[in-house]
Formats: sequence, C-alpha cells, structure tokens
Amino acid sequence: MRLSVDHRTTYHFSAPQARLTQMLRLIPEDTHDQSVTGWNLHVDCDARMRHGRDGFGNRVTMLYVAGPISDIEIAVSGEVLTHPSNGIVHGGQEPLPPALFLRDTPLTRADADIAEFAMAIGESDPVAWLHALNIAINRRFALDHGRPIAGRTAIEAFAEGSVSSRDMAQVFIASARATGVAARYVSGYSPVCQAEADGRPAPHGWAEAYVERLGWVAFDPSTGLSADTAYVRVAVALDSAGAAPVAGSRLGEGFETLDVDLHVERDGQ
Amino acid sequence: MGIRRAFDEIMGKSGSMIPRSELAALGEWIESTPSNELRRRQQSAEATFRQLGITFAVYGESDASERIIPFDIVPRIFLANEWNRLSEGLVQRVEAINAFLHDIYGERRILAEGVLPADLIFGNPQFRPEIAGIRPPHDIWAHICGIDLVRTGPDDFYVLEDNARTPSGVSYMLENREAMLRLCPELFRSFRVAAVDSYPDKLLETMKSVAPIGVASPVCVVLTPGHYNSAYYEHSFLADSMGVELVEAADLVVDDDIVWMRTIAGLVKVDVIYRRIDDDYLDPLVFRPDSMLGVPGLIAAYAAGNVALLNAPGNGIADDKAIYSYMPEIVKFYSGSEPKLPNVETWRCREPQALKYVLDNLKDVVVKLVDGSGGYGMLVGPTATKAEIETFRAALIAEPHRYIAQPTLALSTVPTLADAGLAPRHVDFRPFVLTGSKGVQVVPGGLTRVALKEGSLVVNSSQGGGTKDSFVLMDNGAGEQAQVSDAFGQAQVQTMGQPL
Repeated sequence: MRLSVDHRTTYHFSAPQARLTQMLRLIPEDTHDQSVTGWNLHVDCDARMRHGRDGFGNRVTMLYVAGPISDIEIAVSGEVLTHPSNGIVHGGQEPLPPALFLRDTPLTRADADIAEFAMAIGESDPVAWLHALNIAINRRFALDHGRPIAGRTAIEAFAEGSVSSRDMAQVFIASARATGVAARYVSGYSPVCQAEADGRPAPHGWAEAYVERLGWVAFDPSTGLSADTAYVRVAVALDSAGAAPVAGSRLGEGFETLDVDLHVERDGQ
Repeated sequence: MGIRRAFDEIMGKSGSMIPRSELAALGEWIESTPSNELRRRQQSAEATFRQLGITFAVYGESDASERIIPFDIVPRIFLANEWNRLSEGLVQRVEAINAFLHDIYGERRILAEGVLPADLIFGNPQFRPEIAGIRPPHDIWAHICGIDLVRTGPDDFYVLEDNARTPSGVSYMLENREAMLRLCPELFRSFRVAAVDSYPDKLLETMKSVAPIGVASPVCVVLTPGHYNSAYYEHSFLADSMGVELVEAADLVVDDDIVWMRTIAGLVKVDVIYRRIDDDYLDPLVFRPDSMLGVPGLIAAYAAGNVALLNAPGNGIADDKAIYSYMPEIVKFYSGSEPKLPNVETWRCREPQALKYVLDNLKDVVVKLVDGSGGYGMLVGPTATKAEIETFRAALIAEPHRYIAQPTLALSTVPTLADAGLAPRHVDFRPFVLTGSKGVQVVPGGLTRVALKEGSLVVNSSQGGGTKDSFVLMDNGAGEQAQVSDAFGQAQVQTMGQPL
C-alpha cells in the first residue's frame, strides 16, 4: 500500500522567544515492511538541523533556532510504500534487546486494577492472548479523537471511559508488562483513526509486543486489530514520551499555542 | 563485634598502648601533645571550616541548620607499601568499571558470555537506554571515582561501594590537609607525607585529556545545580582551584550540537564539563522533561562527540548496589585476573536462601536498601535495638528484593579525640581515582570518615560521622609514587606531586 503523509505542527508564542531547541522524531526508517520513497522535513524559519539517532535507534533531528521568534511551523511530508506482514516487524533497527521493554515507566506503570484486568484475559497461547488483550482494551474504551492529554498515565487513563489512541496503547503496554510480556510504544501515522471533522488531528500511537519466534508484533487497541499496511512506523520507545514526535524547550516568556494539521491518505483516496 | 576485635591502624593490635614500629613518631607526638592542646587545634580547624562555609544540610531534619562535618586532629596513616598494594587494587577496579560501562552500553559481551544475568541490567533503572550506543570521547566513562573502602588488617581492604557517578568529598581531603599543615607542622617533619594539593591540577589535566579529538586548547567548566546543593562548596572550590568557570544550566546553551557558555564577552564554546548534577537533570529533552536544571540539547552535543561529560551519563549501572555483588566477576572478566581488592561478602535478599540466612542472623549483619544511600534505610544488627530489628524483619519479608545484607566487619580503628581523651574509633576510607586519556591515577590520600560515637560503625556525616586527614607515607628517598596505568593497558608508575 502506498501511504502519503502531510503533517504540520505550528507553535505560536504569545511573546517572542530568544531560542528554541527541539528534538524531532519525524523521519521514518526503511524496514523490510516499509520503504520510504520520499520524505521531507521543512521548517519555515532559519533553523539549524542536526541528524542523529537516540538510544532506541530512532532517527532524531535536533532543531536549533535563534530568536527572536514568535511562531514556527515544522512540516513533514512524504510517501511510504508498505508491504503485508501480519503486523510482524521485520528488519527494524534493534539496538536494545526485548528484555529492556519489560521495565515500567511513570507513564506505563500498572496498578492492581490494570494487573487484574490483564490476568483476567484467559488465553494461553501468547499471540492469542495479545489479540485478546488488544480487543479487550478496544471494547473497554471509547476512542477520543481529540488530542491526547499530555502526561496522562496508563493508570489515569484506565479509570476513564473515553481515551485517545495513545492512552489505549499505554494501557496495552502496562497490561502486557504486568504479565511479563515485553511491550513498547510506537509513534507514527495511520489513516485508520483519522480525526473526524470536529476532531483535532495528532500523530497516531500504537503498541508492539515481543513474541518468541515471531519478534515484535504490532497491535493497535484503537482498532482492536494488528497494525497492518496502513501504518507508517516512525519511532519506538518505552512510552509515548520517549517516542514523542516533537520534544521541545524554549527560552522566553509567555505561553504557546499548538496547531496540528495532519493528512494521511491511502494512495488514490 | 566492635572495638575489642578491631585492628587499630596506629597501635596495631586492638588495646595496644605501643604504636606500630613504623609509626612510633606519631605515638611520641600524641604523648607529648596534651589533650587540651589537641582540642584547641581541632577547634581552630573547625572554626576555619565554618568560615569557609564547608557545611552540609542533613536531610529530614526540621531545623535543617547548616552544619560542619566534625574534624578530628589525629591523622590516619598509610605506610608506603600498604598504599602501593591498595593502589594496584584501585587501578584494577576502576579500569574494570570503565571497561564494564563501555561494554554494557555497547556490545554487551559480558551478557553474551553469561557472566551477569541480563535482567539485572535491563530491568535496572540505572541502565539508561536513552544513551545506549553513545561513545564518550576517548571511550572513558568513569573519570572521577571515589571508591569506599573498609579495612580489617594491615593489608586487608574491602570495597564497600564504587562511586562512579559524582562522588563528593575531595574538598575535605584538601581542606583537612591544609588544616593539618597549619596546625600540626611538626608531623610533616616526622613523616614524609605525599602531597595532595596537586589534585585540582590533576583533575584539570584529566579533563583536558578527554576533550573531543581535535580540540587544541579545550575550555573546561564545572556544572553545579546551584548553591542550594549540599556539595556547592566543593563545586565552587574545585572550579576556583582549577581556574575554570563554575556554571549553572542556565549559563549553558546548545546550538547546532555545540555547547556554549554565556559570558560577558559573548558565547564561548565549551569542550569539557565536569558536571555535578545527576543524569535525570542533565537534559530535559532526553531525561526528566520537568527538569529546570538541565541544558536542552546537551545529550545531542554529547552524542555528536562535541563535548565530554565527566562522569559520563549512565554510570549509575556500575555502582548500583544490585550490581555490586557481581563486581568480583566483573573485574575478573575484564582484567583477566583475580580482583586485588575484594568485595564485602553480600547476601542478595531477593534470593530465598540468602533471605533465610539474613532473617536468622539479623543480630549480626548489616542490612541495606539496594536503592538507599547516606546511611538511611540501614540496620546495623549488633548495635540495633530489638524493636529496630523487628521493623527490619517485617520490611525484609515484605520486600526482600529491595535489600542486601553484609556481615558486620571489624572495621579498623584510629585513635580519635573523644571527650575523655584519645580513644579508638572506627573509620572507613574514600580514595579518589582519576582516569584520563593518559591513564589511571590514584591520588595519594583521600577522605577518612570516622564514627565519632564509641563502638559505632556508621561513618556517614548525616549520622554523626566526622573526618580525619589521611597521610600516605612515601618511600625513603624516592619521589611520591602514584599508581598510573594506561586506561586499559599496562601498569606504569609516574611521579605525582612533590614531597613537602
């Protein structure tokens, strides 16, 4: 499947900023399952960019802007060709072993309720169990198309009725780890849960769990299905903060407002 | 346990009234100097420390007043041959720590060969995936180590803790020596004591030696969390004595993966940072996003090889208490030989057999929190009350994985000025080991901490411990000898400092 992505992130500052330093995870990588056929990262001001990788192997772009600056637009656009893989990830950058993804983080910690929820899923085959977990989370929550609430933990989300795809992915991760299954957060793009007309678009988030003999397998609890060819995988980490598309710091007074415009389309649509 | 069986470093056998023959001159000095004169000098030293502001705050105290760490006037003395053997062990240990960090954040050979259980690393919060794969300039990680030791006999030293993050205390080594030179000059005529005052020069040399490749005259700075930090005096003291800038995070800015320091004359490029702030607060884009102390982009500059950080981020995995019990295997794995400095025997309470032993012997052991420090969350069995023992028993049963236990060693003693005159008191020792691109050096001295309460084994300053000067005696006629070796190569000896 050919997917095209057009993602614009705009920050407006109420007062000019002296300096911006941002860490972007906005460039997807070729794997055996996805080929990036064209990708552009563009910033609408005089910025210095440096490319590297983080500890998880994700491609990272450091963005440095000297002020005064009142707004900035970061735009990525490109095309990715995906190949069917039943959700199994082949040929990704894997500098860290699955065992690392058993540790919890403040955002993906499980409490007794999440652990009980995970334990109650009665499948003994590991893959069947993960699918059952994926469906159970999908049924438990209504999908909130609004922008994810920054800093909301899996434990907090678990008590809600309507949550974002990011929250569902983090509940999935917390549940999997609570039963000893390595799991991680994936940020990227997919048309499957595009915001409706009144929604506020955001990059998509889902989860990957490690299965012996298969490797990393992608699950999207916001659909209840495995992530398939309609997904562009950009970054992985222990939680959503570690895989954040944009992590930034600014030097200056005032507050910021954020606009996101995102279109992910299947070829020909 | 306790005083009766302990080795006294000056008197030799416990209870002896005659000093070890090599230290006869100290015995004469003690005999000829009345207690009240010793006390006067001690008070004079403490008054100076208070004036200098070498104070610390005790956590959890309601009045939180700034205190000085009490100073004891009677020095501890290491004979030259004792020191040389100890130094060899320290060099071996620190080389192994560097090799371990290089491996664990790189190839992870030690896990592939099954020397350490993988979950001990990957499940450990001190293993920082954020910086995995980064290679620090010159592949050196633990530039400044403060290895905590205890002693039970003339040549019997045990490592208690490897401090490979941001060990403090070196300012006490230097200030204590200065006080002793001023107040007891006669001792330096009786003994040829290796000088420690070149430490700031050695530290600066170490910093410059690990600058990114190609930087001809590196700019070095000391990064402090600020004057609220309990070790702020030391940060400013070290910056001052090295003649480099003392900066806070807000003084640094990263642009284009290069670190700059704001100065009155504009931005100055920074090449080497001796950072005295924890990993969590280094860079809000990589570690804690809520950190106000950090420098955004610092890790990117480090990953790009444009700045050296002393010590390297991620070092906590090397001095973690859960890793400690594997240090003998780690040393052996990287050095290819038996450790010259042993560990204290350690029971890992997460192992059921060990837990059972510890619960059966709580009266005789020391129990420590794996993630505790500063003498908090610790049980010293032989001096604990019944109630304290029962509290720990319950805690151990509830969360055994959080604890390790060790035998109570008969820690060595050194005569110390107590209310009723000189009396033996237990001591430990923190020597400082520097690793630069030219090799490893052990500074001939260190921080001796002394438990001022009779019979007490807890030397932490937060628990009423004090400090002493630590003399290292030199071989007759020879210059001061310090152990030096290539970072990962052959040992060689290099002259360091001058006799006084």
